[in-house]
Amino acid sequence: MSNNNEQRKTYYESIIKQGYSRRDFMKFSTYMAAFMGLENSMVGQIAQSLEKTPRLPVIWEHYQECTCCSESFIRSNHPIVADIILDKISLDYTLTLMAASGHQAEAAKQETMKKYHGEYILCVEGSIPMGDDGNYCCIAGKSAKDAFLEAAEGAKAIIAWGSCASNGCVQAAKPNPTGATPIHKIVKNKPIIRVPGCPPIGEVMAGIIVHVVAFGRLPKLDRLGRPKAFYAKRVHDSCYRRPYYDAGLFAETFDDQNAKNGYCLYKLGCKGPMTYNSCGTIKWNNGVSYPIQSGHGCIGCSEEDFWDNGPFYERTTKMPGFAVESNADTVGKVAAGVLAGGIAVHAIAANISKRKELMDRINRGKDNEKNIES
Amino acid sequence: MEAKKFIRVMVWELPVRLFHWLNVLAIIVLCITGFLIANPPALLSNAEATNLHSFGIVRFIHFVAAYIFLFIMIMRIYWSFVGNQFASWRAFWPFSKKNWNNFWHVVKIDVMLLNEDHPNIKDISVGHNSVATLSYLVMFFIAIIQICTGFALYADTSGWWLPKLFSWVVPLFGGDFMVRTIHHVAMWTFILFSLVHVYLVFYHDWLEGRGEVSSMFGGFKFVREDRIKHHEDIPEENKK
Repeated sequence: MSNNNEQRKTYYESIIKQGYSRRDFMKFSTYMAAFMGLENSMVGQIAQSLEKTPRLPVIWEHYQECTCCSESFIRSNHPIVADIILDKISLDYTLTLMAASGHQAEAAKQETMKKYHGEYILCVEGSIPMGDDGNYCCIAGKSAKDAFLEAAEGAKAIIAWGSCASNGCVQAAKPNPTGATPIHKIVKNKPIIRVPGCPPIGEVMAGIIVHVVAFGRLPKLDRLGRPKAFYAKRVHDSCYRRPYYDAGLFAETFDDQNAKNGYCLYKLGCKGPMTYNSCGTIKWNNGVSYPIQSGHGCIGCSEEDFWDNGPFYERTTKMPGFAVESNADTVGKVAAGVLAGGIAVHAIAANISKRKELMDRINRGKDNEKNIES
Repeated sequence: MEAKKFIRVMVWELPVRLFHWLNVLAIIVLCITGFLIANPPALLSNAEATNLHSFGIVRFIHFVAAYIFLFIMIMRIYWSFVGNQFASWRAFWPFSKKNWNNFWHVVKIDVMLLNEDHPNIKDISVGHNSVATLSYLVMFFIAIIQICTGFALYADTSGWWLPKLFSWVVPLFGGDFMVRTIHHVAMWTFILFSLVHVYLVFYHDWLEGRGEVSSMFGGFKFVREDRIKHHEDIPEENKK
């Protein structure tokens, strides 16, 4: 870990010290502005605040997760992204990537938490198992629950990386044996940015963290606490296959001619119409592709409970409370059939039970018919 | 056998009838296009996507019908404050003793199909009976659910403030998945309701013989003369 003087350097100083040129730095600022969806004139502001702002200490915790968020992050577009955050310049503690280990690592974390109490940014990757007193996930002799509460206490803000920390992800799928819980359900009194996705897009993660460190405040969030710049649109609404959807041209199976023609994957269970993410615009692996472009429907990994929300390869969503196989239409058809049968029985019973009344009226009517003056 | 005289009463005013039939139209269109959107048919076409907008048109019709559904609902709510006694919100108010007496009467006579020895003509409702008003109240709430979930799903693709008013619904349920499921399941309640509703209209027309079916076209129902308060005050031409 770096000493105190080094830590209070500005981002710009740290970047230059790493061997990057001013030109690289400006490129990086431009990339970041583009990711955040800011206009051109904001590039200067990002550069300026990175030149002036002393670095914010960052603690990056890993709990119940697969580290795919970190993997995604270090593959984001610009090398400075990884350097600025994941190198020792900025990151005080991240157990998968830091040089220190064991007691040294834990000591470094304790020191940061003490020294920068109320100032550091806490990044959380992974959900927290609350079942059985948090015993399902332990790091350095502490349960994830205790470690998280300890780290969250002095944090300025918390970033929930990925679907695990934001929604619970796969380990929170029914029946959720470990009681995997997203962090916003555990800590209520801190600003939390939720960055769902399994993993989130590297550029999205970079954009968010640069926003926080460069401007010293949270990006604009939607009602679910997700940054609006990246989660305001459905994948469907920015999908390049959208014209096929509007035309009604759908792939029926993965190997038919329609699929080869690149038609919309809606009928193959693509969850793009229900999924809020930037896959259609920022894409993956430095903008190479994204699932739909590769011929596979979106599985909705950035949505809450995506694992429990019906099959990946069908349009239907499961009906809660019914057998696994049934969907709303099956239940509806059966109900309509039963109801139609009931109506038929009721109609027959009505005619039998009320026959006296009916016959009276019919006879009266027939009498009247005979007495019409013509 | 006593002679039974009926006189014509304007029960359903024009706005109520308009609401009813526009609602019928909107619900049928919404259900059909809704099924198409949920599970689009395989389209065999050689046309380029550029020259084809069939699914977009289906969705457009769905959205237009949704707006009709919403606006006539607002119109009907307004009319429940200015319309006649059968259209009034008071007719739908479920918390009165009279309402529940009528409710149990309808359950006994029309659901359980029991017969009374001495029927009281006051038990026969001129407008809605209490079981019907309760079912309409339930459907009204389900219609609100449909409007909220539907416009919430639509809000994101619209620039207008009206659909945006519903954008809080999606976060409420955590995401589009649940909102879509609710929207789809609630649609089925409209289909099931329609089955029962149409049957019961025929049932009442057949067993009571006072123009239940035609009342929603012309607005008139036939009411027993002895139920009218001041017989002598009624203008001569209305006595037919």
